[in-house]
Amino acid sequence: MRTHPLYELTLAKVRELVREPEALFWIFVFPVLLALALGIAFRTQGQEAIPVAVQQAAGSDWIAEALDGSAGLRAEVLASGPAREALRSGKVALVVIPGNPWTYWFDPTRPESRLARMSVDHALQAAAGRIDVRASTTRELTERGSRYIDFLIPGLLGMNLMGTGMWGIGFYVVNARSRHLLKRLLATPMRKSHYLLSQITGRLIFLIPEVALLVLFAAWVFEVPVRGSLLGLAVVCALGAMTFSGLGLLVASRARTIEGVSGLMNFVMMPMWIMSGTFFSTARFPDWMQPAVQALPLTAINDALRSVMIDGATLLEVGGEIAIGGAWCVGSFVCALLVFRWS
Amino acid sequence: MESIALRCAALRKSYEDVVALDGLDLEVRSGECFGLLGPNGAGKTTTVEILEGLIEADHGEVEVLGQRWGRDRQRLRERLGIQLQETQLAEKLTVRETIGLFRSFYRRGVDPEEVLRMVGLEEKRDAWVRKLSGGQKQRLSLACALVSDPDVLFLDEPTTGLDPQSRRQIWSVVAGFRKRGRTVLLTTHYMEEAERLCDRVAIVDRGRVIALGTPSELIASLGAEHVIEFESGGHLDVEGMRRLAGVRAVAEENGAIRLTVTEVHRAIPALLQELNRAGADLTRLATHHATLEDVFVSLTGRHLEDDDDVSLN
Repeated sequence: MRTHPLYELTLAKVRELVREPEALFWIFVFPVLLALALGIAFRTQGQEAIPVAVQQAAGSDWIAEALDGSAGLRAEVLASGPAREALRSGKVALVVIPGNPWTYWFDPTRPESRLARMSVDHALQAAAGRIDVRASTTRELTERGSRYIDFLIPGLLGMNLMGTGMWGIGFYVVNARSRHLLKRLLATPMRKSHYLLSQITGRLIFLIPEVALLVLFAAWVFEVPVRGSLLGLAVVCALGAMTFSGLGLLVASRARTIEGVSGLMNFVMMPMWIMSGTFFSTARFPDWMQPAVQALPLTAINDALRSVMIDGATLLEVGGEIAIGGAWCVGSFVCALLVFRWS
Repeated sequence: MESIALRCAALRKSYEDVVALDGLDLEVRSGECFGLLGPNGAGKTTTVEILEGLIEADHGEVEVLGQRWGRDRQRLRERLGIQLQETQLAEKLTVRETIGLFRSFYRRGVDPEEVLRMVGLEEKRDAWVRKLSGGQKQRLSLACALVSDPDVLFLDEPTTGLDPQSRRQIWSVVAGFRKRGRTVLLTTHYMEEAERLCDRVAIVDRGRVIALGTPSELIASLGAEHVIEFESGGHLDVEGMRRLAGVRAVAEENGAIRLTVTEVHRAIPALLQELNRAGADLTRLATHHATLEDVFVSLTGRHLEDDDDVSLN
């Protein structure tokens, strides 16, 4: 009785990975820990009062009192030496030097300092008797789906699809090559395409628990919503997994040593970690870089995941991203098949 | 039915500026166990891997079971069982899983449990490959080659680096396979392995076959059945020893003198008399039956295992 080689090859890959505790940590535990840490770090942003200092001089107490009394600011009086030190080390966002005129001393490249300058000026002018010409009121945005954590989770999901796909296949294949196991397989009637395909099927088996864990964790701890259909999310995740499997196979297609493939992996993934909108929006890059940024596979996958999860987009609406991801998937798999080194 | 299972003619293969094969010819008959005997770097592995269709020769012809390595490679591979010298199987699969994986590649073959019995690894069935000893790993590798129930079995240095007991276990598996009428091509640099297992042996050196025949034919080609080795402190007429009773050939190597002789009982008294006459002390004296090693030494002036003492330990 004979089982299908694709089944046996996939099973072998899954067994080997499951028996490697470190690999399980990086696939399942690490992304959750990362989401937890970043979620906590950015949770209270914007709620805390901005710390500012008032340099010790005539009138400094009146200024400090006026600032402390206004919302969003916290002031303390410091001698000029400590005030300069606090400003330089970032402990305070701005230093007010009393006198006529008041001097606002701050670093204009820090967004927090620019915000402090406006708030401080507003508070002091009001305390000094300025009257606003029009009344205004505020409405605060706190709904789910628009916080930083809602931006972050789809990005982390995409980054994890990339990391697991590339490392999981790159290490496995290069390890087998360096042990001359690929050459031994070549000496059997095994079809080469079965071996390469088993890398992708093995990858897809891990996809379900991996995605489910992160999405459920984010929904439970941070109440990150999934607004689009679960099927749409599953399709985009599967595409992402296959795209990065293909890319992993291509990166691993020639390397003979683990060291060699590690360097290559980092070289390929580094631009995507930074530019593909995992931790901050791709809109931060200048226009001339946008074509390159948008063409990266992780950018396409991240954008599609974010649209489906947060904006409730349908698959049709993320067709452009799916096309880019699909092109990378097919292109890298075909190239890998052509240049793959078996011995 | 006397037919040719493997044939290659005028094989040449170079790696950059190193010539691995320099016009090597070989014919292995169906049903025989054929040995390629030679030192490291003689071209044994290159020859076997060309026959296995894993590498291509620069020049020369190759036929395996009457076919060339052309388009339908998979069909030919169905009939071959291959053990490569350097393969390390996946460490975190069990013995049974590894055999099952290899079994799935072949259309016909033996039940994995049956192969486990053949190589005597039933007790290690569920052990990870990582936990196996060197000899057990080698038997597992043999099992992966046997699981297709092949017509031809290729073994590249199957017992290098193994202890004597593991070596004998492998020999008995190979002998059992050979008894079922199948063909074996093995490489080795152990003369004892070649003498025990092989019906015919080709001695390979520097990419060519320098002698071919059954082990006993090759030994008989020395024209003498025994070798006397001795060392002496005195000054001796080495060439003159050729005239002693029963001596066929004389060679000197690292201070030791080797006499190839037909009759030990006549040669030794003559030798002692000669040493006595020359006033030379005898510091060492040993005799043994001539082996394939002696054939190699007489053909090349070098030893088979010279550069491989480490792997014997």
